[in-house]
Amino acid sequence: MNVKFEVLVQLKPGLLDPQGKAIEGSLPAMGWTNVSGVRVGRHVELTIEAESEQAAQAQAEEMAQRLLSNPVIEDFQILRAEQVGR
Amino acid sequence: MTDRPPRVGVVTFPGSLDDRDALRAVRFMGGEGVPLWHAERDLRGVDAVILPGGFSYGDYLRCGAIARFAPIMDEVRAFAEAGGAVVGICNGFQILCEAGLLPGALIRNRQLRFVCRWVDVRVETSASPLTGEIVAGDVLRVPVKHGEGQFVASPADLERIEAERLVVFRYCSPDGSPAEGANPNGASNAIAGIRSEAGNVVGLMPHPEHAVDPDVGATGGQPMFASLLSIAQARAA
Repeated sequence: MNVKFEVLVQLKPGLLDPQGKAIEGSLPAMGWTNVSGVRVGRHVELTIEAESEQAAQAQAEEMAQRLLSNPVIEDFQILRAEQVGR
Repeated sequence: MTDRPPRVGVVTFPGSLDDRDALRAVRFMGGEGVPLWHAERDLRGVDAVILPGGFSYGDYLRCGAIARFAPIMDEVRAFAEAGGAVVGICNGFQILCEAGLLPGALIRNRQLRFVCRWVDVRVETSASPLTGEIVAGDVLRVPVKHGEGQFVASPADLERIEAERLVVFRYCSPDGSPAEGANPNGASNAIAGIRSEAGNVVGLMPHPEHAVDPDVGATGGQPMFASLLSIAQARAA
């Protein structure tokens, strides 16, 4: 079966996110003065062909741990998994 | 004993930029520069290895994240584990952190802008392949040029890095004193370079290979390359 995953990778909460700060800093100039806590992450979509959904899930988690994120600075979440195709 | 010059390998990844300057700096300082290719599993019997600056694999995903899986990195890891001197400059530093050979990570500069300028760094320890010939406290002038050079680590790691004296270079003012404006990227504790616990792996954001020839500016890179060649020479002998 083919299982499609959406993985979200974000900087750990304690770390300053310079991109988020820059976006937050420019929003007031456009009139939105009530925004805080902007954090920028990375969204990865991928499809895994596997024997079972569990096997696909385990592989997705290992790939997120070992390549898609750097555990020193980032956390990841698997947002969604759905079977696609046959 | 042999009297051949020390051989220093410089790895070229797709997207490396400073490999030629690193090879030239090795030659300029009296060593033999040996080009190494990312796709090979052969260090050609070199006495030390440099991972140079640039944008390996376009810095896709994260800087250094893809390069760490290059075939030659297995050899570099084995060389490092056997005590060989490994130096990562800029992108090379990022690769060593991604590979887990050095603690911490390098993220986007705090001010978000690419920075290209001369900086002063204070040498914090002589116990690294780049500082064996340098007295702690000396200040060296070298250039930086990077967009993602802000060194960070978890609070526990940062504490350990300081406690175990793993910091090799710290951004400072020309007289060696700490100064907020001297830190070009917002690095934690003004860290410009660190070493491994064993002391034979070192990574730094500044570029010593651009600072060896007095014809093109400051020469803060000379004592660093002299230190590296001295260690490589000991291995060659």
